[in-house]
Amino acid sequence: MKRALRRVAPQLMTLIVLAALVSWFFPSFLQIDLSDGRLVGPVIDIVKRGAPVAILAVGMTLVVATGGIDLSVGTVMAITGAVAASALVSGWGVPVALLLACGAGLTAGVWNGALVAVLGIQPIVATLILMTAGRGIAQLITEGRILTFSDTGFAFLGSGSLMGIPVPALLWVLTGVLVALLMRRTALGLLVESVGINQRASALAGVNARGLIIVVYMASGLCAALAGIIATADIRGADANNAGLWLELDAILAVVIGGNSLLGGRFSIAASVLGAMIIQTIDTGILLAGFPSEYNLVIKAVLVLAILMIQSPHLASEWALIRMQIARRRAARGQEG
Amino acid sequence: MTLKTLMLTTVATLGLAAAAQAQTVGFSQIGSESGWRAAETTLTKQQAQERGIDLKFSDAQQKQENQIAALRTFIAQGVDAILIAPVVATGWDSILEEAKEADIPVVLLDRQVDSDKELYLTAVGSDLVHEGEVAGKWLAEAVGDKSCRVVELQGTTGSSPAIDRKTGFEKGIAGHANIEIVRSQTADFTRSIGKEVMESFLQAENGGADICALYAHNDDMAVGAIQAIKEAGLKPGEDILVVSIDAVPDIFKAMADGEANATVELTPNMAGPAFDALAAYWKDGTVPPKFIQTDSALYTMSDDPAGQYQARKGLGY
Amino acid sequence: MLAPRFLTDIPNETGPLGRWQAGHDMLLTIRSLTKSFPGTKALDGVDFDLAAGEVHALLGENGAGKSTLIKCLTGAYRRDAGEMRLEGRAISPSSTSEAQELGIGTVYQEVNLLPNLTVAQNLTFGREPRRFGLVNGRLQKLQAQEMVQGYGLNIDVGRDLSTYSVAIQQIIAIARAVALSGKVLILDEPTASLDAAEVRMLFDVVRGLRDRGLGIVFVSHFLDQVFDLTDRLTVLRNGQHVVTERTTDVDRLQLIHHMLGRDLETVETPGHTEAGDVVQRPEMLRFSGIGRAGVVDPFDLTVHKGEVIGLAGLLGSGRTESAELLFGLRRAQTGEARDANGPVAIDTPQAAIAAGFGFAPEDRKTDGIVADLSVRENIILALQAKRGWARPLPRAEQDRLAADYIKRLDIRTPDAEKAIGDLSGGNQQKVVLARWLAMNPRFLILDEPTRGIDVGAHAEILKLIDRLTEDGMAVLVISSELDELVVAADRIIVVRDRRHVTELTGAAVTTDTIMQAIAAEDTPPLREGVL
Repeated sequence: MKRALRRVAPQLMTLIVLAALVSWFFPSFLQIDLSDGRLVGPVIDIVKRGAPVAILAVGMTLVVATGGIDLSVGTVMAITGAVAASALVSGWGVPVALLLACGAGLTAGVWNGALVAVLGIQPIVATLILMTAGRGIAQLITEGRILTFSDTGFAFLGSGSLMGIPVPALLWVLTGVLVALLMRRTALGLLVESVGINQRASALAGVNARGLIIVVYMASGLCAALAGIIATADIRGADANNAGLWLELDAILAVVIGGNSLLGGRFSIAASVLGAMIIQTIDTGILLAGFPSEYNLVIKAVLVLAILMIQSPHLASEWALIRMQIARRRAARGQEG
Repeated sequence: MTLKTLMLTTVATLGLAAAAQAQTVGFSQIGSESGWRAAETTLTKQQAQERGIDLKFSDAQQKQENQIAALRTFIAQGVDAILIAPVVATGWDSILEEAKEADIPVVLLDRQVDSDKELYLTAVGSDLVHEGEVAGKWLAEAVGDKSCRVVELQGTTGSSPAIDRKTGFEKGIAGHANIEIVRSQTADFTRSIGKEVMESFLQAENGGADICALYAHNDDMAVGAIQAIKEAGLKPGEDILVVSIDAVPDIFKAMADGEANATVELTPNMAGPAFDALAAYWKDGTVPPKFIQTDSALYTMSDDPAGQYQARKGLGY
Repeated sequence: MLAPRFLTDIPNETGPLGRWQAGHDMLLTIRSLTKSFPGTKALDGVDFDLAAGEVHALLGENGAGKSTLIKCLTGAYRRDAGEMRLEGRAISPSSTSEAQELGIGTVYQEVNLLPNLTVAQNLTFGREPRRFGLVNGRLQKLQAQEMVQGYGLNIDVGRDLSTYSVAIQQIIAIARAVALSGKVLILDEPTASLDAAEVRMLFDVVRGLRDRGLGIVFVSHFLDQVFDLTDRLTVLRNGQHVVTERTTDVDRLQLIHHMLGRDLETVETPGHTEAGDVVQRPEMLRFSGIGRAGVVDPFDLTVHKGEVIGLAGLLGSGRTESAELLFGLRRAQTGEARDANGPVAIDTPQAAIAAGFGFAPEDRKTDGIVADLSVRENIILALQAKRGWARPLPRAEQDRLAADYIKRLDIRTPDAEKAIGDLSGGNQQKVVLARWLAMNPRFLILDEPTRGIDVGAHAEILKLIDRLTEDGMAVLVISSELDELVVAADRIIVVRDRRHVTELTGAAVTTDTIMQAIAAEDTPPLREGVL
C-alpha cells in the first residue's frame, strides 16, 4: 500500500499544485455544493468530464505495458457510440445497445491484437489502420448525421448520478479498480510486464505472449467502448465525426504523465487515471479561468511540458544533486551559526 | 484584348459543347462536423440529381490537405465545375490558380476564402455577420431594458463563422448597455464540447444564476449546452434564454419543448443558387456577382417549431 | 593523428604495482578510485596503471568491479572519490563522448555500431567528409577503405555492416574507436562470440595497435587468451585491487587463486559411466527424425533418466538450433518425440514446458532474463506461466522459492526484490537456472551455461548439473568448452555442418576425440534405429 502510494506521489503532487494554481485564478475551484441531491462544483465536473480519457487510459496502460500503443481508441469510441445509438433508435433497448457496443469494442481489440501479435505489424501502424478507417465505419452507421435518441435509461450512464456522484465518475473509478485488481490479484500484471520488458525471454519461459498481447488490445477496445458509451449518453446522440476525436492522444498523454514508460514494462493503472485527471484539471481550469480561446492549447501545452519536465528521470537525478548540495550548504551554515 | 475575347469565346463554345452531355461537378465537402453540414451534403446531392448533374462528392474530414487533394483530383478528371466548402480561409491560392489555369470555374459554398476574387467564379453563402446581427437584435428586443449577462459559445477558433458571428452579434447588441457578454469560449461547433464548456460557465457564474442568456455560434453547441443547463437544475428557455444560428431540426425540437428561444436559419441549400449561377455561366458565359447571399430568416417559438422539426427531419440533418 | 609513445625500454624495478614503474611515463594512472551503489561498494580505493604500448588484462570474478572501473573510465559513471590521470592530466569524463574526445575508446562484446549502415558510414559516422554540405560518398568510402586496410581487412566498405561476421564487425568497431580516440583502447569481452580463427585475427589487430603505442585494456574470462595476448594483468576482487603482475610471471593456478581468493575446487569427474551403464538407465524420451530444412538435418536422440548429454560443435554448426527444435522454439518440420506414455508435443515452448522440459538459452540478455523484473519474479516466471494467469502463486510461496534458490545457488544479490538487470552475468545465469529448477523439469537443456561467467561460478554450475542428475533429471549441455563437456557429460554428440555426426560414450569421451570428430570430414550422419 505504502509502495503503491509512493508510486503515484508525483501525480498526486501535480494534482495538488494544479488545484492551487486554478484556485488562484478561480477561488471557488474546490467548493462543492449539494443541489437537488447531486454534488456540484468544478471538481465534480472534472471527475465527470475526465471519465472517457481516464477509462481509455486504463486500457492504454495495459497496451503500453506490453510495449505497444493503441491509436484507434478515439475512433473506436465513435464506432461504439454509433452502434449503441443506432440500437437505441431502432428500439432494441438499453441492454442490447450496451452489449452491441461492448461487442464492437472487443471486435476492434481482436482486430488490432491480431495485426500486432499474429501478423507482427508494428502497433503504431496496426492501430493507425483502424484509427483512419474507423470514423468512416461510424459515419456509415450514423449515415453522417448526429444520431439523437431520447432514452433516459441510457442517458443516465452519461449524465445521471448515484448518491450525488456523477455516474461517469463512478464508472471510471470502478473500471480502474477492477482492472487493477484483476492485474495484481492474478498473475496477469506480472505476465504483461514480463512480455513488455522482454517478449522473447517471456515466450521462452512459457508465457503465452501472443495471447496476452491480443488480450490487452481487447481490454483497450472494451475500455474504448465504455468511454464511447459515456460520451454518447452524455450528449444523447452519436456524433460520428467528433466523438472521441483526438482522445487517443490524451489517453497516451495520461499514461505518460502517469510515469509509465512507452517502451513497456512496469505499469501503474492508478498513476495513469491520475494522469487523466491532471489533463482534465488543466482543461477545466483553463475554461474556468476565462482566458480567450486562442490561449487554450498554448496554456495546456506549457503545463504538460512543465509536468513532464519535472517528472523526467534526468531532471530527477539533477534535483537530487541540487537538494543534496542545499542540504550540505545548510548543514555548513548551521555549523557556522 | 482580341485574344481575351477569343479565349472567352472558346471557353463558352467548349462549355456549350459539354452542356449537351451531363455536366460533371466536383464537390469537396469539409466533412460532417454538424448536422447542418450533413443536410448541406444531402441537399447538394438532391439539387444535382434534379438538374441531371453528375456530382463527384469528396469528404475532407475537416482537413485542408484532403480538400486540396480532392480539388487536384477534380482538376485532373477535368470536371466542368468545382464546388467547395473551404475548411479554413487561407492557403487556397495555388490550388485555385491551378483550377483557373484548367478553366474550371470554382464556386465557394457557405464559407469565404482570403484569396484573390479573380480566382473563383462566385461564393454562395449567408452573410455570417448578418446572421449574428439578427441573433443579437432578437436578444436585445427580447430582454428590453433588463440587464442581461450573456455567455457565448464560439465556433472553432479562427474559423470565419466564429469570427463573423461574434462580430455580428456584438453589432446586434451594440447600443444596449444593459447587455454584456461576460464569458466567451470556443466549443468547436460540437455538441459534446458545447456541453462541457457550458458546464464550466455555469460553475463560474454562480451555478448559472448570474447568466441571463446563451448565444451559441451553432445549434449543436446550443443543444449540448441546453442539456448542461437542465442538469444544473435550471430551465433553459426561461432561466437562461437560448439563441443560436443554423436552424437544424434538433433546435426546433428544443424550441417545441420550450428549451430554446430563437435560431437564425443558415439554409443548407447553398447548392441550388450555385448550380443556377453555373448553369447561366455554362450557357452563355454570364459571370455572376462575386457573392450570392442567401436568406437569414429568424425562427422563434411562435413559428411552429414542431412543424418545422417535422419538415426538416428528413433532410439528413 | 596519434601521438604514440613507444616504450623501447621497460623499467624493471619492482614497484608497488608490479614491475612496471608507476610513474610519469604511464599513459593512464588511476588512484584510490571509489564508487558505491546503494548496498554495495563496487570499487574501494582501486589503483590501476596503463602504459602506452602494452596490453593490460583486467581480471576478476563477476562483481569484482571490472565493469564499474571501465564505466568510470568511459564516463558512464561518475566516481565518488579518487583520481584519474591521462598523460599526467587529471580527467573526469562525464559522458562516453567526452571520454572519446579525451582519447579513451571502448569496444564491447556486443558490437555497438549501427548494423543497417554500411561499413563506411559506420566508420565515418558523425564526421563524414562533406562537399557543399552534402556527404561526399566517394571520399567517405575511400577514407574507410584506407582505415580497414590498415587493419589487414580487405572488404567492401560499401556493404552493410550486418553482412559481415561478428569478428569483422568487432575489428571495425576497434578501427572506429581508435580513429576517434587513439590513446587508450578498452576491449570488454571482445572474444566471447568469436571462434578460434577469428580470435587469432582479432589478436593480430590488437598486437598491431599495441606496437603503434596504444594502451590497451583487455577484459576477458578466457584465461588462455589472457596468457596469449597480454603483457601485464591486474586482478580485482570484491571491488579491491588484488595484484598487478607481468603476465609471464604468473601461472594459471596462481591467477585463479588471486581471482577467487581461494584454491579452485577441483571438480570431481563424475566417473564416466561405462558404455553398458547408459543402457541400464531407464529410457525417458525418444526423439526421432527431428529436423527443419536449412536449420538442422533430421536427427534422433534418446534421453535416459539421470544422464548428462553433451552437445559439441563449432559456433554455427547447428548445436543451438538442435536445442531450439527440441524445445519448440523453432517448429520442427519432421520427426516426433515420445515418452513411455506416447507422443509428446514439442511444437511450442509452452508444450515443451508442459512436457517437463526446460531451456536456459545461450544469450542471457535477450532470451533469458527479464531485466526490469526482480530476482523473485524472474525465478517464478516459468512456474507462473505454467499455472496460468488465473492461479497466481501466493506471495509467501514466491518469497520462499526465491529465498530458497538464492541460498541454494548462492545468488549474490542484496535481496530478492533487486531488478535482475542489476546483477552480474553469473548471478543472472543462476537466476535463469533457478527459474527452471523451480519447475522441477525432467529434461533440462543448458546452452552455454558457463559463458561469460567467472571461474568460481563455472565450477559451481558444473557441480550443480551433477547434483541434478542424481535426482533423475536428464540434462543436455551445449558448450564450446570441451574440458567442461568432458567433465560433465556421460556421452557427447558432435554436431557439424547442421548434422549430428557422431556420438561418443564412456572412455571415448576426451577433448581429443571430440576435436577429432569436429574436425573430421565426411562422417556419415548419425541416426539411431531404422533408416
